[in-house]
Amino acid sequence: MTVIGYLIPVSLFLGGLGLAAFIWSLRADQYTDLEGDQHRALFGEHDDRPSGE
Amino acid sequence: MPLDRPPTEPIELILPSISCGGCIAPIERRLTAIEGVRTARVNLSNKRVRIETLPGGPDADRLAATLAEIGHEARQLTAALPRSETRDAEGRDLVLRLGVAGFAAMNVMLLSISVWSGAEAATRDLLHWVSALIALPAMAYSGLPFYRSAGRALTGGRLNMDVPISLAILLSAVSSLIETSYGGQHAYFDAGIMLIFFLLIGRYLDHRTRAQAGSAAAELSQLAARMAVQIAADGTRQSIATADLRPGMRLTVAPGERIPADGVISLGQSDLDRALVTGESVPEPVSPGDTIHAGMLNLTGPLEMEVTATGDGTLLADIARMVEAAEQGRGRLDRLADQAARVYAPGVHLVALAAFVGWYWQSGDLLTALGIATAVLIITCPCALGLAVPTVHTVASSRLFRSGIFLKDGGELERLAQVDTVAFDKTGTLTDGASQIASAPTPDHPAWPVAAALAQASRHPLAIAIAAEAERVGVRPARISDLTEHPGQGVSGQIKGRELRLGRPDWVGHAPGGSDGVLVSLPDGGRASFTFSDTLRPDARETVAEVVALGLDPCLISGDAERPVARAADAAGIARWHARLHPGDKLDLLAEMQAEGRRVLMVGDGLNDGPALAAAHASISPAAAADVAKAAAGLVFTGQRLGHVSLALRVARAARRRTLECFAIAAVYNALAIPLALSGQVTPLIAAAAMSGSSIVVVLNALRVRNVT
Repeated sequence: MTVIGYLIPVSLFLGGLGLAAFIWSLRADQYTDLEGDQHRALFGEHDDRPSGE
Repeated sequence: MPLDRPPTEPIELILPSISCGGCIAPIERRLTAIEGVRTARVNLSNKRVRIETLPGGPDADRLAATLAEIGHEARQLTAALPRSETRDAEGRDLVLRLGVAGFAAMNVMLLSISVWSGAEAATRDLLHWVSALIALPAMAYSGLPFYRSAGRALTGGRLNMDVPISLAILLSAVSSLIETSYGGQHAYFDAGIMLIFFLLIGRYLDHRTRAQAGSAAAELSQLAARMAVQIAADGTRQSIATADLRPGMRLTVAPGERIPADGVISLGQSDLDRALVTGESVPEPVSPGDTIHAGMLNLTGPLEMEVTATGDGTLLADIARMVEAAEQGRGRLDRLADQAARVYAPGVHLVALAAFVGWYWQSGDLLTALGIATAVLIITCPCALGLAVPTVHTVASSRLFRSGIFLKDGGELERLAQVDTVAFDKTGTLTDGASQIASAPTPDHPAWPVAAALAQASRHPLAIAIAAEAERVGVRPARISDLTEHPGQGVSGQIKGRELRLGRPDWVGHAPGGSDGVLVSLPDGGRASFTFSDTLRPDARETVAEVVALGLDPCLISGDAERPVARAADAAGIARWHARLHPGDKLDLLAEMQAEGRRVLMVGDGLNDGPALAAAHASISPAAAADVAKAAAGLVFTGQRLGHVSLALRVARAARRRTLECFAIAAVYNALAIPLALSGQVTPLIAAAAMSGSSIVVVLNALRVRNVT
């Protein structure tokens, strides 16, 4: 049962990565135009950035 | 008229008819190709385009015109329409807290499941401590919005929904900590953080449906000219700020400019757009001796006028004051959620207190009493309420948005559900707006080339309508020389030495039939006439019938003359109508109806509807309306169909029904849960399950609003 002592921190760490990724994507304005961004992925010309206002 | 705006501030236009992803690239490309445009970014989710321009670059009108060229309708986003979401700091803050709460809740839940599955003693304690480690910082951070709001309410001496919530969170943290340090069985860390998670979802949704403050009165002030041209005693012209105008001064107003002050015309003839007073955009000819008002648009000829009233004394200022008074006196809507909170909050506190006192007295054990009080607070917590109402508003708002109706604020939806009378404005609302050609010669008639050529020389709306129609049917304008516009009368030109005229019937010469509309004289000496009318929107009659079917009482109020109003009322099927109403009169009529106990929905589009729209219980205006109307109205609909009004009413009523159902579900849930909690039967497992269960049921019910047709 002591393996729990390793598993809990590991799971927290992985969860924390997910949270960090979420916060980054929020800060990078990736949620401002979900529909438009769907279509932009198919464009020939890429600007590689969301609106970034 | 372009609004004054510092050129480097980004311009936002809404694109009501954009639908597909393929439109994005052409729009952005076309806009960035214009000189002076730095970037253009389309947002397909809320149908907007955001354009950054360099100083001296194109203004919103020019950009909208460019978009119209490639077939996209574009309108300027003013304070009149819902705010742009890109600069929404408060919303992002809520999502961040939501993310942290979600992360913590799920991790703690993992650990709690182990505990519920039968962890014992040391393992259980370890899991509890780890849960505490995760949950407590998250509760402190994510719960901040609730604590702040509760704090504000308490210092203000009142209770709101956030007080029992904050209490529940605090108590669950404290009692769970105590339990855990004593090696106890029940810890409510998971319930506490999950509560925050659900409530933050509700809060975020609520935030998105709340309006940005925008004042119609501010829009009106945009109509005031800032500069005027004064004619000094010696005849010279000089620029003068409107703030410096005084009664008795003589001014000159060029075509295309707005009148800077109230006054009387001393010289010149022209046509004026008097929408401010009559709501009619059909220009009225004016000549010396006529009274004119600040804010009116001078269309065709230069005028000289003598000032009678300036600044605060003008009609425009009067209307602005009426609008402002109406906006402030509107009375705070007692939202359903707030009504519920007023009963709920004290009730919950009393029950929790009773549980605590009762159990302590009965068992003498502080820990047990604390645990049960926590259980009571948590299980009665308004996950359902806090989630239901915002969800209903969000779903309703997006349902309306799908049909091209912009809802500014969830509260407006509740007001809409309460109305029992509908007041329609005529021009531009019930009708398409004036200047539609009602009758004209057939396209191959020789009158058309002549009329088209003459019409192109004038800015008069009727001339513009003729020119547009001519282009639409493909008529080539004849070659006419010496085109001269005679303000107030028409346009003249020469073909082969013969003077031809297009304009008022009495100026052009004897007309068969009445003096309505416009005549054109032909090279062979004959005459042809064009008449214009204000045609009803195609579904006006149908909409009025639907409104009546919903149990509402329609009426027509307009600034126009009796005959056209009676005709329109008859065609639309409205029994009650009032004509010749000035903006103040509309307001008085509204006040009268409201004194009778009616709740009125005002549907209007004009400058003269501003006060009425602001004062009515609920209001809607078309997107093509004046900015004043859009700013004053609670909902704005795009497109030609009046049917949006009845759709909005149906959605509002459905939303209200769903909200009440959600309250009922919450009440039933509480009726079952409270006795359970009071008797000490509730464990963290039950609390978590009950909270999730009630939230899911309530949200699913709220989603039914999507299906309103």
